[in-house]
Amino acid sequence: MKLCIASGKGGTGKTTIAVNLALALGERAELLDCDVEEPNAHIFLRPEITDTKEIDTQIPLVDLSLCTFCGQCAQICRFSAITVVAKKVLIFQDLCHSCGGCTLVCPTGALSEGKRQLGEVSTGHKNGLSFLSGRMRIGETMAPPLIRQVRAQADSRKITIIDAPPGTSCPVIAAMSGVDCIVLVTEPTPFGLHDLKLAVEAVRLLDIPCGLVINRADIGTDEVYRYAQQENLPVLLSIPFDRRIAELYSEGKPLVEALPGWRETFLQLYEDIDQLTQAHKEKVHA
Amino acid sequence: MHEIVIISGKGGTGKTTLTAAFCALAADAVFCDADVDAADLHLLLQPTIKEQHEFIGGSKAVIVAERCNQCGVCRGLCRFAAISAELVVDQILCEGCGVCVDLCPEKAIDFPEQLCGHWFHSNTRFGPLVHARLGIAEENSGRLVHLVRKEALQLAEEENKKLIITDGPPGIGCPVIAAIGGASLLLVVVEPTLSGRHDLERVLDLAAHFKVPARLLINKYDLNADMAQAIEAAASERDVLCVGRIPFDPVFTRAMVQGQTIFEYAGAEERQQELRTIWTRVLAALPKDSEQCLTLKMYT
Repeated sequence: MKLCIASGKGGTGKTTIAVNLALALGERAELLDCDVEEPNAHIFLRPEITDTKEIDTQIPLVDLSLCTFCGQCAQICRFSAITVVAKKVLIFQDLCHSCGGCTLVCPTGALSEGKRQLGEVSTGHKNGLSFLSGRMRIGETMAPPLIRQVRAQADSRKITIIDAPPGTSCPVIAAMSGVDCIVLVTEPTPFGLHDLKLAVEAVRLLDIPCGLVINRADIGTDEVYRYAQQENLPVLLSIPFDRRIAELYSEGKPLVEALPGWRETFLQLYEDIDQLTQAHKEKVHA
Repeated sequence: MHEIVIISGKGGTGKTTLTAAFCALAADAVFCDADVDAADLHLLLQPTIKEQHEFIGGSKAVIVAERCNQCGVCRGLCRFAAISAELVVDQILCEGCGVCVDLCPEKAIDFPEQLCGHWFHSNTRFGPLVHARLGIAEENSGRLVHLVRKEALQLAEEENKKLIITDGPPGIGCPVIAAIGGASLLLVVVEPTLSGRHDLERVLDLAAHFKVPARLLINKYDLNADMAQAIEAAASERDVLCVGRIPFDPVFTRAMVQGQTIFEYAGAEERQQELRTIWTRVLAALPKDSEQCLTLKMYT
């Protein structure tokens, strides 16, 4: 089972849901923090980190002694990451998408592949729960390749729980694509609903079953419930606004560890997600 | 010309709510929504769209079956695993690098340009707004952010406005980098939580990396006053001063539900007074040095 916790709008409670769900499932699960720009899951989990690896991507390196300044490298590059002016080859590392085109077309072998650091991936655990977290280098622009690297290291024998970045553009797609079920976390405000609709469009594009968690359920309006009904999106869990929950969050303390009853709530959430996923599979087979 | 960009690192700290409040306060400014991925500012500013433009974000590969001899070279070349065993390009996975297009021995791959979103020139009750909508699952958000900021600047120059207020995206990646480069001042909205503090440090590292001055604004500070204190201290060690603290107050949500800024909502006088003071401090923090002012040149 691969499961992704996402949301259009930021700050709706993705990490809270992902961390508490993972803690409730314990050693059956692995939590992947794929919000690599601002990873927060470790703050709540406080895992033991056993390994941290630097993650790189390829960029071209030029050997000017072999270069004939023919300009074919610049011609194939759609990202303006390499240009040839007079007897110079300028490489703009940060613009490079690592497609390898320039190295492939270079007729003299003057280009080889070097690397640019994307960030790092940490591996750890907490009481049997496995943990992977990606952290993007400050100044790096591209989150998707790092997200894909975090996901590539997941243990397929465990329930994978992915904490996604906010939004609906390429980093979110990198975190969501290929999972069995998506949980969208929202709040019942106009901003929350507007961004939820965008997130639902993204999920539909990927054709993955999806349920909602409505956080701070008693602020705002009930329009989100009407929308959920209209769109046939099951509301898996509603969490009311509670100052005590907000304070625990501010201190980085998980609900399932601090307040009674929440472990059962999150185990039930998992059962409901599992059921939703199975129902979708049966529908596809039928 | 000055541009204030409101960012947060962490999402959901109140960027857009506060940006809209400042739009209501600022006389004679141009507004810009640079959160093109999940744009919300229009929900409070309720713009009347004057012009709509297409955003062409790049091209994607399409294998044309009639010209394809199934050699599979393209699949071996693609670094993004976007080409299936049946030789169909997945339009979501395709990065638009064009390597398969150029190197297909049969020239069987087309590379049509993609409509990746739209951008708009609009009027609002507080002044002109430049905003955009990136298509779902699209790339190139940085380019679209760059585009709306450039358009806002051009408009400001044409209309002789002295200030641009820009609502920025969350995170520290490509759209944020595109949103802060060359800005006069960043206003970083943070909430008093451990996550907020962690994310603030990363976004301040980013601001320092691109040499953009920043100020701090703590929202919902009373949810954890000790944490608010610690965050303020940590920021001031980096010479990032705090322009104010706003308590948690459901009045912000109530105003949002009405589609209003806090300055139009009755019964929010205390918050209005605080925000007026904060806005005065933000304006006072703008660099006086004309070298730090924006010009269209930075976009050429």
